[in-house]
Amino acid sequence: MYTRPGPSRNLGHAAVAAAGAARRFDWVLVGSVLTLCAIGSLLVWSATLPGDGGDPRESIDALVRHLAHVGVALVAGLALATVDHRTVRAYVPLAYATSVLALVLVLTPLGAVINGSRGWIVVAGLQFQPSELAKVGLILVLAALLGEPRDQEARPMTRDVLFCLLVVAIPLGLVATQPDLGTALVLAAVFLGMLTLSGAPLLWVAGMLLTGALGALAVWWFDLLEPYQMDRIATLMDPAADPQGSGYNSAQALIAVGSGGFDGTGLFQGEQTHGRFVPEQHTDFIFTVAGEELGFVGSSLIIVLMGVVIWRILRIAQGCDQPYPRLVCVGVATWFGFQSLTNIGMCLGVLPVTGLPLPFLSYGGTAIMANMLALGLVLSIDSRDRGFK
Amino acid sequence: MRRSSRGSSVSRRGRGWSGLLFVQFLVLVLVAALVARLWYLQVPMAEHYRELAVANHHQQLIVPATRGHILDSAGRPLVNNRTELVVSADYHELRGMEDGGERVLSDLSAIIDVPLAELQQRMRLCGPQVERPCWPGSPYQPVTLAEGIEPRVALRIMESADDFPGVTAQAQAVRAYPQGEHAGQMLGYLQPITQEELDAREELRTQFTGIDQVGRDGLEAVYDAQLRGKAGQRTLGVNNHGEVMDVISEEMPVAGRHLITHIDLKVQKAAEKALAKGMEAARPRYRADSGAAVVLDVTNGGVVAMASLPTYDPAIWQGGIDQETFDTILSEEAGEPLLSRAVQGTYPPGSTFKVSSLSAAVENGYSLHDSYACPGSVSLAGQSYQNYAGAGQGSISLKKAIIASCNTVFYNFGYQMWQKDGGLHPEGEPEEAMAEMARGYGFGSPTGVDLPYETGGRIPDREWKRTFWEETREANCARAEEGYPDIAERNPSHAAYLKRLAHEHCVEGFEWRANEAINFSIGQGDVLVSPLQLASAYAAIANGGTLYEPRVAKALATADGSDVELIEPSVKQEVPVSDETIRYLQEALAEVTVSGTGRGAFAGFPLDEVAVAGKTGSADAEQRQVSSWFASYAPADDPRYAVAVLVSQGGTGGMTAAPIAREIYEAIYGFGEQGEELLPDGKPRTDLPTVRTDGTIDSLER
Repeated sequence: MYTRPGPSRNLGHAAVAAAGAARRFDWVLVGSVLTLCAIGSLLVWSATLPGDGGDPRESIDALVRHLAHVGVALVAGLALATVDHRTVRAYVPLAYATSVLALVLVLTPLGAVINGSRGWIVVAGLQFQPSELAKVGLILVLAALLGEPRDQEARPMTRDVLFCLLVVAIPLGLVATQPDLGTALVLAAVFLGMLTLSGAPLLWVAGMLLTGALGALAVWWFDLLEPYQMDRIATLMDPAADPQGSGYNSAQALIAVGSGGFDGTGLFQGEQTHGRFVPEQHTDFIFTVAGEELGFVGSSLIIVLMGVVIWRILRIAQGCDQPYPRLVCVGVATWFGFQSLTNIGMCLGVLPVTGLPLPFLSYGGTAIMANMLALGLVLSIDSRDRGFK
Repeated sequence: MRRSSRGSSVSRRGRGWSGLLFVQFLVLVLVAALVARLWYLQVPMAEHYRELAVANHHQQLIVPATRGHILDSAGRPLVNNRTELVVSADYHELRGMEDGGERVLSDLSAIIDVPLAELQQRMRLCGPQVERPCWPGSPYQPVTLAEGIEPRVALRIMESADDFPGVTAQAQAVRAYPQGEHAGQMLGYLQPITQEELDAREELRTQFTGIDQVGRDGLEAVYDAQLRGKAGQRTLGVNNHGEVMDVISEEMPVAGRHLITHIDLKVQKAAEKALAKGMEAARPRYRADSGAAVVLDVTNGGVVAMASLPTYDPAIWQGGIDQETFDTILSEEAGEPLLSRAVQGTYPPGSTFKVSSLSAAVENGYSLHDSYACPGSVSLAGQSYQNYAGAGQGSISLKKAIIASCNTVFYNFGYQMWQKDGGLHPEGEPEEAMAEMARGYGFGSPTGVDLPYETGGRIPDREWKRTFWEETREANCARAEEGYPDIAERNPSHAAYLKRLAHEHCVEGFEWRANEAINFSIGQGDVLVSPLQLASAYAAIANGGTLYEPRVAKALATADGSDVELIEPSVKQEVPVSDETIRYLQEALAEVTVSGTGRGAFAGFPLDEVAVAGKTGSADAEQRQVSSWFASYAPADDPRYAVAVLVSQGGTGGMTAAPIAREIYEAIYGFGEQGEELLPDGKPRTDLPTVRTDGTIDSLER
């Protein structure tokens, strides 16, 4: 008897494939991310608790929305993880084009200004932040360009690097005009990280790293000259970072973190948090809530978990035979690493204030979606690429 | 050129591997660095940031304590508090409104009838660039917008609370002076604190709300710390907008203590009435511009009454004095009513001073039992000195010299003792016996009464003269050169006289001359005393020689009566006179009202019931009319009260001051027209009024 494969059988195949992929997931990575999401949800809840006489539903609303963001993003990320990354590879140009288009749309009447930065698109009452998704798009396109050089070269040549520069410049320029200095820095850092590990000519790598270092040094130098000038420049380029004026955020963040002490005030007990002294404490400054309420114990756990996430992603990169998937992992690790470092460094008063969310913890739908999609890509690479070894 | 695929594969894998290993190491380092930084902030620096956090979200609100009352010895209120309705606003709540509270203030302006502009000014916080009116207190303190509003208006605000968010109408305690002008200067007044006072009084700094006041004069100033109590403190939790979220801790205020004084309100009123009546009687022959009457308890220095005229009602200071009233109370036309003549006024004591001069003579070799010549005039050091009426008494006892107030006897004492010291050019250290004795009676230095700004008067001697000369020499010598051209135009002879005088002062102004020593002996010349000093000296004679520091305050009682702290009498010094001399003086002074200069004033007074010992004084000063004194005590056989009366430019002592003193005694003992005695058995109260636990005061008044 000849039996035609029915739709149910196909579904069965897909389910088996997904289950097989899930068995091969890096559960240390997934577990760390889920723990960070859980901690983040509690912190968002605490950060949005209203003061005396306020409406408690406010914070429940925020918590429910945050959990919905995390849930939807988690499903999307895991779905992406079950897709073969080579299938995704076919859609890379489309993903890049879409993210650039979305960044352009921000400049049209569809765009909205929030906290002084024109970085949002509002459609049917839903807000999107295209710059977050652009990070994923850029990682994919750079991985494709640097990992699969033209003319069958084994590694990217000058021509590839120059083309990459152009590919980076478009979203970076669009993001900088919003203005959103933080995201622009993330895009630049991702490019530098991927270029360094791509096998591109050393001269290019050295030149780019030097440019980056000089840029950072210039910032450092300005900082040494006139701290308030530095703050003003930062505020000018990124008004969302410091809405109440130079230095206030930074000082309040330090007070919140420092006053937490070794074991913290306990969840929902922080007086700094409760009195809303740190602006944007449920988004960019979520780490200060952890610092005050969870103390050294809880906040160092967050740092360590974040370190574990990046370490696991780099380990997956090490396991890749092919440059494209490896560079995708490197890009994602650089992104998470750079963004966590600048965010926590800002909350600890060692880095200037830039308006960047803390991956997996901060409130913000688009950001969490982007984080989870990136995680999905990495998990997909982990389950397939290693399988072909 | 193409490389071998194997080689490039190896190199690619090698670079990727080592690069990724390095990146993992980098991640480890960065994680370690962040954790180290976190440790630094949260472990060694935690305390520092906790303090900053507390400063961030804790606000101190000072809750003023109720100020204690000032009571007379029977518990009658001299100063207390009344409640007044005030409208105040929550600064942060109004400022937090979209229009900054504009609508609320404008609605409020209409019903309390205060211009909107003024309300807006009062809502501003005071600062270096902000002119008054503005809010001097903390923005966490309710900002006072209007005081003394009608209950009807207050009710309207309270009833329509929704229309006036952040605005409240409530009762607030303000100082009240139920006795009006009586004892005005002695009670004192309150004024907003100045920066200097705040700097000087450390204990106020932690207590000061910016709106409360400090005692600026009288008892309010001296006993400010006790009357003030201790302000409470409420610690509020606030958020980043300054909105109050909860009360973190609360320390209740401790109400100020009630001050129970030796003052008897009825005697005080009687003294003021007698003084005013006596001054009126002296006019228009005499100016009688001001006067003082002091009643002391001779057994402990307690101030039973202290009158000073003209007086004023301290209530004028309430709620900020206006410039016009302020200028008036400081003006000479109004008689400078702020000045307490009893404590701050100095006058030559005239013959009342003879008790000191007699003591000096007796303690320096003149016998109490000898007779001394009392001619109508004496010629000493080339100058003639007259008795008051120019009449001689022949050879008399010292007793008689006091009773009849014979000047010439004392002139001789003064001159002879001056000569004994070496006259113009003393060798070695002169004894200055007259000045020494005056100081022994407490003259020349403050009595130590518990009232502010007390004068010490002046007891001149050789040393004083030299100091004075050194201070004025330059000006005198200049005048000796240039003369007085402006006066010479109108009166050449007077100008010439002044020029000669200036020359004299310039060249030999340091010399203590015979005429100065002679005038000193009868309390004239440069001798100056205050009525309180004189009362206190006579109280010492009455009690056998103990000079007390006068005390207005008798006890301090807590607001709930749980604790009463007695203010013990304080002895300033013993008068350096033998008991025999004191007794001799007592006998002489008792005779004055019977057969001496006080006889007329005390005619008809029941001296057999209450004998009054005293001494009249009529003091001359340049370009002023004679000032009238009477210093006394009673009963002469068992002294209880010392009464000193002064009427500036009021005539002779027997004519003006002695009748005033008589009226005061009549009031105390209930003689004559005065009806009932003001003090039971004619004695000051020994028991204290009771402060009940509920804060009410049990008066001893019958």
